[in-house]
Amino acid sequence: MLQEESDLSLVIAQIVQKLKGSSLYAQLERQAWASLQRPEIKLESLKEDIKEYFKISGWEKKLQNAVYSELSVFPSPSHPAAPPEHLKEPLVYMRKAQGSWEKRILKSLNSMCTELSIPLARKRPVGEQKELLNKWNEMGTDEPDLSLFRPVYAPKDFLEVLINLRNPNYENGDSLSFRTHLGLIQVPLKVKDIPELKEFFVELGLTTGQLGIDDSTQVPPELFENEHVRIGQKVLAEQDSAAAQQYIRQGSPTALRAELWALILNISSQPEDILYYEQLKTNVIQHDLLVDSLIYKVLLCFSRDTSVLGHFAYNSASPPKSYIRGKLGLEEYAVFYPPNGVIPFHGFSMYVAPLCFLYHEPSKLYQIFREMYVRFFFRLHSISSHPSGIVSLCLLFETLLQTYLPQLFYHLREIGAQPLRISFKWMVRAFSGYLATDQLLLLWDRILGYNSLEILAVLAAAVFAFRAVNLMEVTSLAAAEAVLADLSTLKVMPLLQIFLFATVT
Amino acid sequence: MGSNLARQRGRGRAAGRDPAYAKALRWKRAEKASVARTEQVKEKAALRCTWRSRIMAGKVKWVTDIEKSVLINNFEKRGWVQVTENEDWNFYWMSVQTIRNVFSVETGYRLSDDQIVNHFPNHYELTRKDLMVKNIKRYRKELEKEGSPLAEKDENGKYLYLDFVPVTYMLPADYNLFVEEFRKSPSSTWIMKPCGKAQGKGIFLINKLSQIKKWSRDSKTSSFVSQSTKEAYVISLYINNPLLIGGRKFDLRLYVLVSTYRPLRCYMYKLGFCRFCTVKYTPSTSELDNMFVHLTNVAIQKHGEDYNHIHGGKWTVNNLRLYLESTRGKEVTSKLFDEIHWIIVQSLKAVAPVMNNDKHCFECYGYDIIIDDKLKPWLIEVNASPSLTSSTANDRILKYNLINDTLNIAVPNGEIPDCKWNKSPPKEVLGNYEILYDEELAQGDGADRELRSRPGQSLGPKGGRSRDSGRTVLTTWK
Repeated sequence: MLQEESDLSLVIAQIVQKLKGSSLYAQLERQAWASLQRPEIKLESLKEDIKEYFKISGWEKKLQNAVYSELSVFPSPSHPAAPPEHLKEPLVYMRKAQGSWEKRILKSLNSMCTELSIPLARKRPVGEQKELLNKWNEMGTDEPDLSLFRPVYAPKDFLEVLINLRNPNYENGDSLSFRTHLGLIQVPLKVKDIPELKEFFVELGLTTGQLGIDDSTQVPPELFENEHVRIGQKVLAEQDSAAAQQYIRQGSPTALRAELWALILNISSQPEDILYYEQLKTNVIQHDLLVDSLIYKVLLCFSRDTSVLGHFAYNSASPPKSYIRGKLGLEEYAVFYPPNGVIPFHGFSMYVAPLCFLYHEPSKLYQIFREMYVRFFFRLHSISSHPSGIVSLCLLFETLLQTYLPQLFYHLREIGAQPLRISFKWMVRAFSGYLATDQLLLLWDRILGYNSLEILAVLAAAVFAFRAVNLMEVTSLAAAEAVLADLSTLKVMPLLQIFLFATVT
Repeated sequence: MGSNLARQRGRGRAAGRDPAYAKALRWKRAEKASVARTEQVKEKAALRCTWRSRIMAGKVKWVTDIEKSVLINNFEKRGWVQVTENEDWNFYWMSVQTIRNVFSVETGYRLSDDQIVNHFPNHYELTRKDLMVKNIKRYRKELEKEGSPLAEKDENGKYLYLDFVPVTYMLPADYNLFVEEFRKSPSSTWIMKPCGKAQGKGIFLINKLSQIKKWSRDSKTSSFVSQSTKEAYVISLYINNPLLIGGRKFDLRLYVLVSTYRPLRCYMYKLGFCRFCTVKYTPSTSELDNMFVHLTNVAIQKHGEDYNHIHGGKWTVNNLRLYLESTRGKEVTSKLFDEIHWIIVQSLKAVAPVMNNDKHCFECYGYDIIIDDKLKPWLIEVNASPSLTSSTANDRILKYNLINDTLNIAVPNGEIPDCKWNKSPPKEVLGNYEILYDEELAQGDGADRELRSRPGQSLGPKGGRSRDSGRTVLTTWK
């Protein structure tokens, strides 16, 4: 009890600290001063009256949403004496693994620079600046010529690193037992089993209406869809972030999705946000970074956005450093490279592509993407023990298959087609580029709704279950890959529902 | 035994004695052998024939003059047998050049009940832009004469529901009419297209009368051919406010299958797509020469510098719907798709009375539609032989499936066709097709309903659903 209370006060202190620096804080202060002019604000009951005013004028809701947003991003506080790296990742061996992985990436990036004799960063000549400015709006659809550049790394390289992860304090043992994990991931982390998943994803159950199932052509819209849309409109009218997150667990109507996601991510396009985006754009136009050739418009801004550095406080990864020419190794000349500290990998742009269906103003699109990244996507390529981290997702996927589809799992393993070798890229890209866009958005609805990436591992297992009959017949990795090559016809919600709730376990 | 030998010897002797006799004998023998050989060959051939026909019995015999794998793979998958066009065939997937010969007065041959072809004899009433426009104009006048509410006009004299083709004239025939229209809005851009050519060949844009004068001078001096119909052009008002996505212009390619014109029965393929221009759209006149901006045919686009091989610059219609519904809302999106269906059916109704509704025919059309920035769809043209060339793997899958679904409707069960069947396949075989319009069904439902319901007014509780256009279509203006 005492512990809980002190935890709570710690959380409050943390959030207050965080919000004090925000523009919302300044706005609230300004509003409070301005409200003093109002007749209903009395000196005797100043505090209560201003609170009441905030409530009526909608500012309270904004504060509430900001607090809620902080709560869903920030990890639960650890002991006050714990060093900051524990916030990034509590397990030492995970931290070490991430550290050496980062070194490898940086080495690869540097050697590519040397090979192609391109500096890591340079100021663009004026002519090029102009051209880039003219082409700005097309950049999302024009892919630059990538033939010279190889991606800094591909999901496959990353998987090899994860496979080799070991906990030095854990005796794996050579003797097989029924508890032995037969998959590729060999670190002991706690992942949910189906009963726990059922409880966690309770709103996806058979008795709850779902967009992606109950809006199909055979079901009359009066049964579920119409009412669901009506509630969605109400949630939007209320501008309540928490309500939106609960609502979206049953899926978002297409026409409301853009606004609902923005509400959940607590993004409002204020003039200063648009200005910020414009500044980033100017930065891109003036400075050419090597990674430009690997990513799009939005990613260009993203790479220059130093506010992204903030997420490294709770990310096991650390931003790579580079040194100003001739000052190698001198800490005072160290700069983060790229400025946001995130090195894109092959397929990184897939995190942005689906959002282009929802937002056509670049600045809004950019903000949504950045928030999605610092809340979720970074976890898909950092080594950590977080339940939404890629290591846990891999383990969850393998455990689900091994436990609930043991024959299939054993068969694939025997023919040298470890399931994770196929599903890894799906999860790293959060299924973007594999599913049909409408299905992908339904899936990402649930990521936002549950503030968790675990659904990715569940879906990956569900896909294997769905194609199990065909997979039982294959005799090679290539054949297994062929069976699973095209996911564009899958309907994700029925798959998830059947796997979680309608399979006998 | 011995006697036979002796006889031979004796004959040999005789031959030796009389050279003339020997020669005659040799000749005769040779002749005998030759006859026997021929007989043998004939017999073998006959044998092979019966053997082959026994194998082929019950199997559809197909011919095509378009060597495309998406076609051939589909025929072979059904176990159909390839024959040449001189043999008996049941199914002929032919080019538009061939259909002209098949049904021409001189060379035309009568098709029997078990023969099917993939074009209507005078499909050009729809697929040649000049004739399509002519038919639609006639159709509108007829409706107007009947006093049909569909032919209602607004205060500017524009049809409210039937104004879906950009203003179009034939050149040189309608030159004076064109000039009159041009002078009304001199700042507009027009697109010139040769009547008989496809895939973007010979297309150019003009925005000054002097350009058209120069063109007519040039083509007259070049040769006398300019007077023939081959050199006739259609000139259409250019949609200069197209809907842009990511700064890019695009057009829609939709596949529509017609199994019969009278009664009209047509199907819409769900997997149409958007073709994007590879260069960002700038409405300035200085860029008029950059055809890549204006023409979205993949055939032309391939030469665009930054043609993207991965997605071939394409989006599915479902993606378009998702994008519009997300960024503009459900109501306007549903209205747009309703209107697209509406204009396709109206264009088919316009040509139905003049179409030779030959019972051996079906046809899959490629509809080209442009959407303007007010979300109004415009019918640009209809293609009789939509390209079966595939530029990417996805494209190949799409076209293979398109042919597959088309065959399932046109040749029920993949069995030898009987063109007298009622041409209403069960729902299960439609695949990615959905019924767009069924005249018989519509009439059964009450003929006057069609006149009462109008496009874009279907957004009540019944027609407001957008995803499942199948339902929308039928509830809208059946």
